[in-house]
Amino acid sequence: MEAVFSNFDEYLKAFGLTLGLFVVSGLASLVFGLFLASLRVGPVGIMRKAAAVYVTVFRNTPLLMIFIFMAVAMPKLGYNFKFIEDFEIAGYSVSAFFFRSCLALTLYTSAFVAEAFRSGVNAVPVGQAEAGRAIGLTFTQSMRYVVLPQALRAVVPPLTSVQVALIKNTSVAAAFGMAEAVATMRAFNNDNADQRIQIFLLFAIGYILIVEVVSLASYALERRWKVA
Amino acid sequence: MRLTRFKAATAAVLLTASLAACGDAGDDSDSGREVEADENAAENFEDGTRMKELADAGKITIGVKFDQPGIGFKGAADDTPRGLDPEMGKILAASLGIDSGDIVWKETISDNREPFLQEGEVDLVIASYSITDERRQVVGQAGPYYVTGQQLLVGADSDIAGIEDIKGQEVCSVTGSTSLENVKAEGAKPRGFDTYSECVDQVLDGTVDAMTTDGAILLGYAAENPDELKVVGEPFSEERYGIGYAKDRPEMCGWINETLTKAFDEGDWEEAFDVTLGESGVDAPEQPTLDECAA
Repeated sequence: MEAVFSNFDEYLKAFGLTLGLFVVSGLASLVFGLFLASLRVGPVGIMRKAAAVYVTVFRNTPLLMIFIFMAVAMPKLGYNFKFIEDFEIAGYSVSAFFFRSCLALTLYTSAFVAEAFRSGVNAVPVGQAEAGRAIGLTFTQSMRYVVLPQALRAVVPPLTSVQVALIKNTSVAAAFGMAEAVATMRAFNNDNADQRIQIFLLFAIGYILIVEVVSLASYALERRWKVA
Repeated sequence: MRLTRFKAATAAVLLTASLAACGDAGDDSDSGREVEADENAAENFEDGTRMKELADAGKITIGVKFDQPGIGFKGAADDTPRGLDPEMGKILAASLGIDSGDIVWKETISDNREPFLQEGEVDLVIASYSITDERRQVVGQAGPYYVTGQQLLVGADSDIAGIEDIKGQEVCSVTGSTSLENVKAEGAKPRGFDTYSECVDQVLDGTVDAMTTDGAILLGYAAENPDELKVVGEPFSEERYGIGYAKDRPEMCGWINETLTKAFDEGDWEEAFDVTLGESGVDAPEQPTLDECAA
């Protein structure tokens, strides 16, 4: 225990980075996933196909391989995303390593988010969309005012699962230059082989806490949006 | 009918594969030294000791690294690993009367060396395994058989000349390693990867500014890519490579030290160095002083 507590700032910093990866990739995957889902239920055939291909490819490829592609193969092809470090906001700039990790996580998670949204849209009776069309709404309008508000309710539980998986998937970044929770746990283990079990438990607790907060938020949303 | 055709196709594939495997077998000219096993070695050990058990079984499992040229390296097509660590393993096995061919080599990564010893997955760990007090709490470590220090590997045209130049630079090593912690303390941005080879690739691609770990390992990589990579700076730490054994087998320490002393005296150690790390042109260093075994 004392190995972690005497370096508690390291522990917090590690989970800070884990949270950073989660929040950025989580938001980005929500936006991109919603876009993909809209394409998949939309009226344009070619867009439907393209989105379906994307989901198939990224959902069926292991995250580790996507990471290897983004962090190891892309630099070999000449794309190391170093340009991202030139953008500075209030003295802070994002490292290329953080960007590549978020990119890999987002590309992967978006496929699952898209499927979760699609399941929500499918939960809305077809009559609703037809009614929207009947009163002269465009596709975007009927999605925006009729279908999505209803789909959102159905989509909270599966979307939570996807985001919870994302929290734990950030650990893959440990092997690609990110000093996040798992990488830091290995550093602690390396120096303190005699305290492995305690170190492991403390880091597991960190993940459990983050996941629980997300789960509780989702329960609250579910209760609030429940149809009386 | 269709089933027959499937079977025939499978057979054809398997046959081709086995032929291909045959083609590779003769191609291990670079597998290091052959160390002759002591005969009747089992008689040298007392009953009930682990050495006796191993000598009687005629088999020993040794954990080594597979991704450190010069130290412990095994290519995808190689049958056995080669490097200083496997050579030390062969010397130790020979003193038990075990031929080099009967050694079971198991890949260990930095993170699983203690668990492997604790669970009896391997009998010895010889895997660039620095001796530290914390590790000696959970496993036994005899040696050192080699002393090296942490250095930096950079691109041939890099401006980094030593530890004082790495502040704010991205420096990679293996996730969770001591080397990475050391450069972090110097103000570098640590970038952990799963293996040293991935880390070297990042230096070659220019994605990170430098790689750090023990000088011995870096020399091995520089020797593979002399036009693009160089090792810079004085060593800024002291790593004493030891041989790991299970803590509940304390009798192994005495045997390891005895065997190492013999290897130092009879020139086996120097020869092992010359055919591995020495290939990059470095002379064998002075023989390190062995730690005494705990009573």
